[in-house]
Amino acid sequence: MATVLEPKPITAADFKGKVDPDWCPGCGDFGVLSSLQKVLAEMNVSPHNVVTISGIGCSSNLPGFIDTYGMHTLHGRALAVATGVKMANHKLHVVVTGGDGDGFGIGGNHFIHTIRRNVDLLYIAMDNQIYGLTTGQTSPTSRKGMKTKSMPYGNVEEPINPIALALAAGATFVARGFSAEPKHLAELIKQGLEHKGFSFIDVFSPCVTYNHDNTYAWFRERVKKLELDSSYDSFDWHKAMKRALVWGDEIPIGKFFQRTDLPSLDQAEPILDHGGPLAHRELRIAPEVVRSFIAELM
Amino acid sequence: MDRTFAVAIGGAAGQGVATPGDVFAKIFARRGLHLNAYNAYQSIIRGGHTFLTIRAGIEEVTCFGDRIDLLIPLNQDSMDRHLGLMKPGSAVVYNADTIRPGPHATAAQLCPLPVNQLSKGSRSKVEQNTLALGASLKMMGVGFEPLAEILTEQFMRKGDKVVTENLNIARLGYDYAAANFLPFASPIPMSGMQYAVLSGNIALAMGGAAAGVKFYCAYPMSPSTGVLHWMAAHAREAGIMVRQVEDEIGVINMAIGAAHAGVRAMCATSGGGFALMTEGLGMSAMMETPVVVVDVQRAGPSTGVPTKTEQGDLWQMLGAGFGDFPRLIAAPTDIADCFKLVPEMHNLADRFQCPGIILGDLLLSEGRSSVDPKQLNFDTKIDRGEMIVSADPTKETNGYKRYKITESGISPRAIPGVPGHTHTAATDEHDEDGVLISDEFTNPAKRRAMMEKRQRKVSGIEAAVELPALIGPPDADVTLVGWGSTKGVIREAVAILNEEGISTNQLQIRWLVPLHGKAILNILELSKYTIIVENNYSGQFARYLRSETSYVPNGYIRKYDGEPFMPHHIVEAVKEQLASKTHETQLSVPVHEILV
Repeated sequence: MATVLEPKPITAADFKGKVDPDWCPGCGDFGVLSSLQKVLAEMNVSPHNVVTISGIGCSSNLPGFIDTYGMHTLHGRALAVATGVKMANHKLHVVVTGGDGDGFGIGGNHFIHTIRRNVDLLYIAMDNQIYGLTTGQTSPTSRKGMKTKSMPYGNVEEPINPIALALAAGATFVARGFSAEPKHLAELIKQGLEHKGFSFIDVFSPCVTYNHDNTYAWFRERVKKLELDSSYDSFDWHKAMKRALVWGDEIPIGKFFQRTDLPSLDQAEPILDHGGPLAHRELRIAPEVVRSFIAELM
Repeated sequence: MDRTFAVAIGGAAGQGVATPGDVFAKIFARRGLHLNAYNAYQSIIRGGHTFLTIRAGIEEVTCFGDRIDLLIPLNQDSMDRHLGLMKPGSAVVYNADTIRPGPHATAAQLCPLPVNQLSKGSRSKVEQNTLALGASLKMMGVGFEPLAEILTEQFMRKGDKVVTENLNIARLGYDYAAANFLPFASPIPMSGMQYAVLSGNIALAMGGAAAGVKFYCAYPMSPSTGVLHWMAAHAREAGIMVRQVEDEIGVINMAIGAAHAGVRAMCATSGGGFALMTEGLGMSAMMETPVVVVDVQRAGPSTGVPTKTEQGDLWQMLGAGFGDFPRLIAAPTDIADCFKLVPEMHNLADRFQCPGIILGDLLLSEGRSSVDPKQLNFDTKIDRGEMIVSADPTKETNGYKRYKITESGISPRAIPGVPGHTHTAATDEHDEDGVLISDEFTNPAKRRAMMEKRQRKVSGIEAAVELPALIGPPDADVTLVGWGSTKGVIREAVAILNEEGISTNQLQIRWLVPLHGKAILNILELSKYTIIVENNYSGQFARYLRSETSYVPNGYIRKYDGEPFMPHHIVEAVKEQLASKTHETQLSVPVHEILV
């Protein structure tokens, strides 16, 4: 997304929401919110030119805690709603936030198709490997064997790998962050916002209340920044896919993949070539066009 | 007296029933005739049995009628299914090389065409159709010129040689009929009018364009897909963005997103797709973001009979989405109304910031009729309601409340991008400023205030929607009540009954929510014998009317075999009910005798 220059300097405080977050103390989502606010301010984007859209879940409460235009939609549907918003007004910056259950479970279909369409928006999944708001059930990213209220004898299913899935679906920007690495995360968010196309950041955002497996300590021991490997080339899809499958004692974070040669949906859609955002266009159709429509029926 | 003329073309899917059908429709419309067409078909791309009826006349033709004057069977199957039903004065034009009339006597004039001989052994199946067209038009008393004109338009893209070949074949059929077949008793009339011919799906799509829809999205689903096709084909010229989405859940959410950002958005589907949309419908109501959804009913439940018609989705519309919220539901009463209703629905959805549902059905959506082009009015009123699309620098915007509590229940809606009006629209219950109150322990007062704010819109909606009106004398012996698409067939049944000495009037319901129950009761209380006619099993409208007004009619006529009513179904059922001595509520279920 291109940065819009505004006359007045904008600070992170301009993005402070009407109410303070009601997440549990220590929740990973705090780090995501503050990184997002900080980056938007750094990029000098006006709050009224941003739409923050979420589904349902703890992390989906984020639009209420940030001062932008917000939409707190239905469980799993944020990406579909966001596509509509972006198509109706492609000058707006669209940020979608939500959790792993929202995005990869109930919203999995929209995830794949929004990627395929390369809709120009930033999607931040706050991935805590658990359903938090419903008090601790297995999620699509819960590890095999993990015991939860819904699978008390342990998860027998394989988890989804959101990075590999996004790559396979053709995402043009794929990254993974960790909410306890705020500087690193902010850099990914900045790059994601600047990327023209669908930007996906899967953020490890630990649930301190319901997930006692994937804790801050557990992640800290494992995460390794891709940026530290000077030989890593984020423009190489095959390398990205190979790294995406690394999971164990070492878990890579950072920018896995980016390509800039594909047009985003608003660029690919000829209707948007001229005339500005659809939302501000004249509603009437030109009389000669109307005449041609009716002539076809005569 | 019925002064219409009906042509029917029957054949297997893929045999080219549609093309001669289009030619007849164009010829009728260009002669200034009204027409109504219905295609009975199967969910099959090749094969099966397709039966297209096109009925034309000087007066408005409101349904496909009871009688076929000219049958063109394209295969033996069509001949066998329909020949026995032909009446005296009718004719059957067919390929004598491949089709036999069968052993039974018929009242119809048999007109065998020696196709191989005439087309000199060409194996093209299209030639049989073109020969039949030429022969038929001769018998109908139509000159060759109109056919030549249409065939030229149709084949122009394929070059002069193809045009000439087709004209020659049509001429052979025309001349052969002149020499060998009797013309119809009265030639097809003409008038100075010129009509457009369109399907309900095209009318719905054009209505959207006239309403200023800038975002249309859909998932293909019969019998609503025609809306998508028109939109997609005309999107660039009309400046409409059209998207095919992964499923209907995505469709309604995308439409609501677009509407929220400020455009007029619309989507169309059938019952199954609508079922997937219902959660989104509630979001539209809760966020107070308008969206217009078209449900084109087909015979259900579940996959049901995808190519057949029914009025079986009413209760789904009434109950769609959990919780209580204001909504708009209207059923267009004919194809012209499909066009007219769409801008009307958008205006109301915008004004009252709630979901609007247009409840059509296959009979209208895939049927075709003549429409006076003046009725396709693109200068129709557009009312976007209380919307804030730019910041007013003279006004203090601090403290903008998206869900401000007002007397009308309507709160001015700022679209994203307007400075000074940032807010969050939530599906959770929220306060006037959009802040969630769903998790607040506990605020029944706020919840009640917001619920009442939204519901106050209902009285505004009721005042904005026209009252139903009785057609015909109020003191008639019989009142036929229908809703939506049955208007035309009931109208014809009413005319026949009146001709036969049974004075009958008609109450056709267009607006289902709001229903205007009191106005309906005022009308029906004066009726002597009321029958509710509907295309479903359980009397969905009758049950709804009863739930809203306690009204119970004298009788019901219901049909749920997948095919629409024909006038005689209603006429015969009315007579049967009047002849019966019982005081119990009567139910008639007419049998659809033309097997397709």
